[in-house]
Amino acid sequence: MQRELTCINCPMGCQLSVTLEGGDVKNVEGATCKKGIDYAKVECTNPTRIVTSTIRLKGAPLCALPVKTEAPIPKGKIAECMQALKGIEISAPVSIGAIIIENICGTGINIIATRGI
Amino acid sequence: MKKVDVAIIGGGPAGLAAAIGAKRRGIENIIIIEREANLGGILNQCIHNGFGLHTFSEELTGPEYASRYIDEIKKEGIPFLLDTTVLDVTPDKKIIAVNSSGLIELEAKAVILAMGCRERPRGALNIPGTRPAGIYTAGTAQKFVNIDGYLPGKEAVILGSGDIGLIMARRLTLEGAKVKAVIELMPYSGGLKRNIVQCLDDYGIPLKLSHTITEIKGNERVTGVTVSKVDEKLLPIPGTEEYIPCDTILLSVGLIPENELSKNAGAMLSNITGGPTVNESLQTSTEGVFACGNVLHVHDLVDFVSEESMRAGESAALYVLGEQAATQAAIKLEPAGGVRYTVPSTIDPGNIKDKIDIRFRVGNVYKNKYIAAYFDGQLELRRKRLVMAPGEMETISFPKEVFDKYPGTGTITMTIEG
Repeated sequence: MQRELTCINCPMGCQLSVTLEGGDVKNVEGATCKKGIDYAKVECTNPTRIVTSTIRLKGAPLCALPVKTEAPIPKGKIAECMQALKGIEISAPVSIGAIIIENICGTGINIIATRGI
Repeated sequence: MKKVDVAIIGGGPAGLAAAIGAKRRGIENIIIIEREANLGGILNQCIHNGFGLHTFSEELTGPEYASRYIDEIKKEGIPFLLDTTVLDVTPDKKIIAVNSSGLIELEAKAVILAMGCRERPRGALNIPGTRPAGIYTAGTAQKFVNIDGYLPGKEAVILGSGDIGLIMARRLTLEGAKVKAVIELMPYSGGLKRNIVQCLDDYGIPLKLSHTITEIKGNERVTGVTVSKVDEKLLPIPGTEEYIPCDTILLSVGLIPENELSKNAGAMLSNITGGPTVNESLQTSTEGVFACGNVLHVHDLVDFVSEESMRAGESAALYVLGEQAATQAAIKLEPAGGVRYTVPSTIDPGNIKDKIDIRFRVGNVYKNKYIAAYFDGQLELRRKRLVMAPGEMETISFPKEVFDKYPGTGTITMTIEG
């Protein structure tokens, strides 16, 4: 299987052609440096992202509390994670870095507050 | 009239770092004046991650990045006024501000302009069509979603591929809206590569380069847009129209430094950046008035804003303490051949400590070209770049010794060649 990617390591934005065989990266073409090859491997085998969003906040002038996953979670879990954050409500005060939800969607990663209010 | 040593207009990333810079150089009598209810400026609504990679070697969200500086301000005991709008700054550094307790008059030995920038609005674009509800700048939509907790619409088209537009494409998608397309007039995006990949490609949002909105439809509320392809002269090509139904249009079509106060202070403005012209100390054409951050020129990365603003704070401190070098004949920096502008635009080598960073933007996408610097016509520096783009700010550093090599230089020409 072929996959086309744009490398994000620098403004060059190399167009990478990745050859996959049974989920393993067999070949990466188009990278002008090693970073591109590493990026392609991670993106094609275990892509992860930090998810940032907001949850409802009560008892403060601000209505939304910004939160994030403490570490990157698998890309495939983003939608599930967003769904889990819906309907969550918290009351001020909240301190920055406070754990809001433990082990979000079974990822082993916590949702934490990114602002103290 | 209350007297202060350094007054800082704006409590965003630039103002906070400038205050810390001034304090570290021994200034005690500082005031930060902020018009919003919180310090931190635009960072408070930039809840996405990616801030601080250069400064802290970690990926912070906007509020987290801001809190590092706000904590420092509080630890240092630097005074600040919130909910206070500066109305005027005079060339002799008198400041008039207003808040709920009335009018405030201040006299400052040095002023640091750190007011940031504004988004270019619809009115500046001449898009034909009706004037319905549902048209917002990307930053306004960002505030609705991230601060106020409202989704501005269900089906959006984003005009312009600046970073805020890209970030909002992802944000709206995550919150359940459908982003139909991002429309970009130029043949390249004005946003960072990483944002194109992680905000558009990740969610299958199409980026239509060399396209523009040629009509907005809808009476009460936006009902759709007509999008057309443009030619090399950026003019719409008849027959390429495509109708996209939507209820919301976000504009991410450029940022304009907010310099009304700078003008009052007598600072000369660059017609390229829209910000003041400054020397190596980030001092404007008005003595004792300094500028930093997005009010000076629009940055891509907050890390560079902080670094630049820290220097502005230090320079203001040296000015107040009378420790700035006597002005030697300043060297003029001349942008040429693809370099649109430089910050600073003049250099007094006497005020350079170890090195000076020259920041600039190029006017086009260049691959495998060189950045070159000529000291009165003599080639001093030639640096290869695999790629340069208008959306990515460039930096070239000159060590202090370079200036000793060329005494009496009148002009340094910065150009793209090869």
